[in-house]
Amino acid sequence: MFNVETIRKDFPILSRKVNGKPLVYFDNAATSQTPQQVIDVIVDYYSNYNANIHRGVHSLSQEATDKYEQARHKIQNHFNAKFAHEIIFTSGTTHGINLVANGFSSILKDGDEVIVSALEHHSNIVPWQMLCERTGAILKVIPMNQEGELVISEYDKLLSNKTKLVFVNHISNALGTINPIENIITKAHNVGAAVLIDGAQASPHIKADVQKLDVDFYVVSAHKMCGPTGVGILYGKEEWLNKLPPYQGGGEMIAEVTFEKTTYATLPHKFEAGTPNICGGIAFGAALDYMNAIGFENIAKYEHELLEYGTQKLSEIEGLKIYGTAKHKTSVISFNLEGIHPYDVGTILDKMGIAVRTGHHCAQPIMDFYKIPGTVRASFAFYNTKQEIDALVEGVKKAKLMLS
Amino acid sequence: MTIKAIQDEIIDEFSMFEDWEERYQYMIDLGKTLPLIDSQYKTEDNIIKGCQSKVWVHAEMKDDKVVFTADSDAIITKGIIAILIRVFSNQHPKDIIDADTSFIDDIGLKEHLSPTRANGLVSMIKQIKMYAIAYQTQLS
Repeated sequence: MFNVETIRKDFPILSRKVNGKPLVYFDNAATSQTPQQVIDVIVDYYSNYNANIHRGVHSLSQEATDKYEQARHKIQNHFNAKFAHEIIFTSGTTHGINLVANGFSSILKDGDEVIVSALEHHSNIVPWQMLCERTGAILKVIPMNQEGELVISEYDKLLSNKTKLVFVNHISNALGTINPIENIITKAHNVGAAVLIDGAQASPHIKADVQKLDVDFYVVSAHKMCGPTGVGILYGKEEWLNKLPPYQGGGEMIAEVTFEKTTYATLPHKFEAGTPNICGGIAFGAALDYMNAIGFENIAKYEHELLEYGTQKLSEIEGLKIYGTAKHKTSVISFNLEGIHPYDVGTILDKMGIAVRTGHHCAQPIMDFYKIPGTVRASFAFYNTKQEIDALVEGVKKAKLMLS
Repeated sequence: MTIKAIQDEIIDEFSMFEDWEERYQYMIDLGKTLPLIDSQYKTEDNIIKGCQSKVWVHAEMKDDKVVFTADSDAIITKGIIAILIRVFSNQHPKDIIDADTSFIDDIGLKEHLSPTRANGLVSMIKQIKMYAIAYQTQLS
């Protein structure tokens, strides 16, 4: 039974005040809040079994290693990966993308083509531009329409036997559009291209099944899904991960080191140089337990209600324009008030205790498409309420009154 | 008027406001009414890019004093710019270099001058001081 009031009690931060007003936290697409259950796991780790993993013969090290590897299994189960060693711990989505982009440096050749979408976060653009600079590969872009949806007929035209790699987000961070990734993946595979899906925004809303999707790489960050910052995972198909060279050198990722030659460890350790974010990985596992106990279907259903309610209420404000009106979208509302800079709206809302994101959301190409400097973005999570949306609507009305 | 005297005057004015709304409404009105920069100076060279709002600053020397004009695309930022210009424009370079900006704390706008705020204002103050240093070098 989904009860938002019970759920809210799990999040200590939701009862604090900001600028003297009860916090209304609508910046969930930037980072989600952390439930006590996850905070407890972090405290427990540092209080009881903090140790370096994988090599220690002592009990603490063994305990920490067990918990860390258990977390890997939880993540494997959550995303339905075939093997636990297909889950590579990273520092987050950006790290995962860079790891893959770096690996493809030795695979791509001059004149090869890679395809990105117009809806990407800078993190899923820049590493590939750098890859293209290194290899001479050519970057092609799937365009978007006014509603903020990808134009798949144009994608079809971009695909050819030159296409080696396609990288698209599952859900747009700036607009909330859910992209038709099944279709994108199938079509890429038809021409022999690999696909990386940036799942950072999707992971808190949709439980992705990587085997069913048949995706080659899927990257996420823990902090978008009730876990801590500084940790995430790269899922990669075993055959691809075996093919890609190591990203960083160091401890943990080696089998044997001499000054003449080093041989690398097997998966997943080959890509996990150095002491990882052990506590973060374990807490990520706890965050997945927490979200799965609530249930992703329940979460999606409730968040959709919030989206519909918020869209309706905000649309009633004269002069307010919503950007991103895709048929399939998650609980993100990106908007502007006519003639008013988003920064000003965000500043007034902050004074009223309402946390939203303003600016280009690290997706400048989308803002350029709409010819705007940025938007105000309210992104809802399963612990938000309709009352909070009412507070946002009142805040926006007040901002409009003060600023126009 | 000296920079310090102007700052005290502004602190006095702000002390009359009872809450954040009055303070912000005042800044917004300042931002709306003041013509702050000649459009010919709103160039790429004069732009200070904050991540979110843009700020333009232009400086020239008149009778040994630095005259600043500036603008922003966000109105609250522009209101704060109006206050900064009132403080720093038409002053001797040396006085500008020596001036401190703690009055911003006193009028409750500290958060706008946080280096992480990404609105271009911190860079604007830096730029104002840089211009003053450059003009001071010319004078001596």
